[in-house]
Amino acid sequence: MDDPTLALCVRGVSKSFGGLQALKDIDLDIASGSIHGLIGPNGAGKTTFFNIITGLYSADSGNFKLQGKSYSPAQAHEVARAGVARTFQNIRLFKEMTALENVMVGRHLKTHSGVWAAILNTPSFKQEEYSTKLQAHALLEYVGIESLAKLKAKTLSYGDQRRLEIARALATDPCLLALDEPAAGMNGAEKKELKVLIEKIRRDNKTVLLIEHDVQLVMGLCDQLTVLDYGTKIAEGSAEQVQKNPLVIQAYLGTNGVGPN
Amino acid sequence: MANTLNRTHPLLMERFKSSRGLQIAFAVCVLLLPLLLQCFGNAWVRIADFALLYVLLALGLNIVVGYAGLLDLGYIAFFAVGAYTYALLSSPQLSYAFPWIVEIFPNGLHTPFYIAVPLSALLAGLFGLLLGAPTLRLRGDYLAIVTLGFGEIIRVFLNNLDRPVNITNGPKGIGDIDSLTVFGAPLSRRLDLGFTEIPSVTLYYYLFIVLVTFSIVICNRLEHSRIGRAWMAIREDEVAAKSVGIHTRNLKLTAFGIGAIFGGISGAMFASFQSFVSPESFSLMESVMVVAMVVVGGIGYLPGVVIGALLLSALPEVLRFVAGPLQELTGGRLDAAILRQLLIAVAMISVMLLRPSGLWPSPDQDHGDSKGSKDPNNNRSKDHG
Repeated sequence: MDDPTLALCVRGVSKSFGGLQALKDIDLDIASGSIHGLIGPNGAGKTTFFNIITGLYSADSGNFKLQGKSYSPAQAHEVARAGVARTFQNIRLFKEMTALENVMVGRHLKTHSGVWAAILNTPSFKQEEYSTKLQAHALLEYVGIESLAKLKAKTLSYGDQRRLEIARALATDPCLLALDEPAAGMNGAEKKELKVLIEKIRRDNKTVLLIEHDVQLVMGLCDQLTVLDYGTKIAEGSAEQVQKNPLVIQAYLGTNGVGPN
Repeated sequence: MANTLNRTHPLLMERFKSSRGLQIAFAVCVLLLPLLLQCFGNAWVRIADFALLYVLLALGLNIVVGYAGLLDLGYIAFFAVGAYTYALLSSPQLSYAFPWIVEIFPNGLHTPFYIAVPLSALLAGLFGLLLGAPTLRLRGDYLAIVTLGFGEIIRVFLNNLDRPVNITNGPKGIGDIDSLTVFGAPLSRRLDLGFTEIPSVTLYYYLFIVLVTFSIVICNRLEHSRIGRAWMAIREDEVAAKSVGIHTRNLKLTAFGIGAIFGGISGAMFASFQSFVSPESFSLMESVMVVAMVVVGGIGYLPGVVIGALLLSALPEVLRFVAGPLQELTGGRLDAAILRQLLIAVAMISVMLLRPSGLWPSPDQDHGDSKGSKDPNNNRSKDHG
């Protein structure tokens, strides 16, 4: 439980909405530097779990540790401070701000200038603005949309908006990057590019938690998979192991047992 | 047509930013304007003075509504707090109410402006935080209604605080307020330069121009800072803002507080300029007018806000001169005041229809590279040279 090589370690997470038990006693370990997939049929509790570890919902019970340090995901902004950055299933960008500004907002926690520094335009304020701008440009370049830095986020294409959201999340220097259905609504070519980007993020020693409906993407990308169904964990392991698990086949891939590939 | 306008505006701003000549020409025009207006009578300079006061108010409200996206319909309350604080500190009113003040200040309470104005700002800022704190969880319409109520509460208080102890003098208002005295020269008296005399209204014009310039610089710096970006992030999407670690409660309170400080300072200016305040000046309609200035001009975009405030504050006054002849045309059947309201309504509706995002909205693309974002040498030389 105190293993610092685990990026995220949660034990016994439960959550119910009124009479509906959305999550029952879920345990989950995510190894540092890995891509961990969270899959399950619609209504399995993936998004509920996701919203709990990112502080949008509060859990009824559960223990949470991030790199060996416990954190309580009660407030979304505290979760970001603890080191979890997320993207949203329905893209949530700051639409009227430029792409660059979106990423600069992501640096909020790592910068410290206050109101007075800004009003007096102090040298340290200018220095911080300058370095924030450079970092934001670098991140935009990293996700491949540097040329769009000055455009308002709302004018970007769908795929580019997804990339921008990832860049904004990366700007917080997270120890865990949580992506909520990043491939939703993407065409084949865009999905391939996304896969390349996520692999690049892992190569740079970031840990990724991925919720995804696209089975092919998940199977090809994830080191470990956790499968939820009706709020309980029914399987865990590598893509091959999970694909062979009869419970998973029954719940998720269909009773006839025809897996992908 | 709206599209072509949208494209020309950012270019206009760019040309202005890059041309020193245009900037100097603009500054000279602004400085000479009251001297020109004076020739047509001081009433015109007064209109310009009030327009500048409204610019100050609109800039403050723009921080709350434009940047942080919190619709505040009671903003005029902070204007009132500032005005009454200044009025009480610089008029005989408190001496009438409390005899012990006369004992301490036998010549009457004449607080110098460098104490009275900051106090007005501070108190207004405190009221901003007081209002902000309970409304943090509210958004949109709900927030608007609560702030509207707060604005009215302040006005009702001012109206009724003449009993049991007469503090605000009720609906009769407070008079005999000291005017500002800058470098020993009271702005209420004409300044004799030897070859010419500058009337009081023109002196106030220059004071307000200085304040507006400072405010624009401050707003502009805040807009392009970590705090300003966080405000805008909250405006755009509060959940996403939290997800990158923005403490939304503190930042909303900061916006309320700073916006209120702007309101308080303009209130103090208003009190000293008018040398009289009464609750009447702080009605709901005034709050609505300031919101309209921000929205009609171009919410969250400084040039738009300034234009909106200038137009909407000057328009009713200018229409006075149009409404009169129109009234005569109709044989006096139409009341000039009603006609004026009608024309303002028509103007506002046409803006809504033709330019729904404001007269001068922020451009879709950031053309400005004046911050030297891509040119490290330029920026470095500024920092160390």
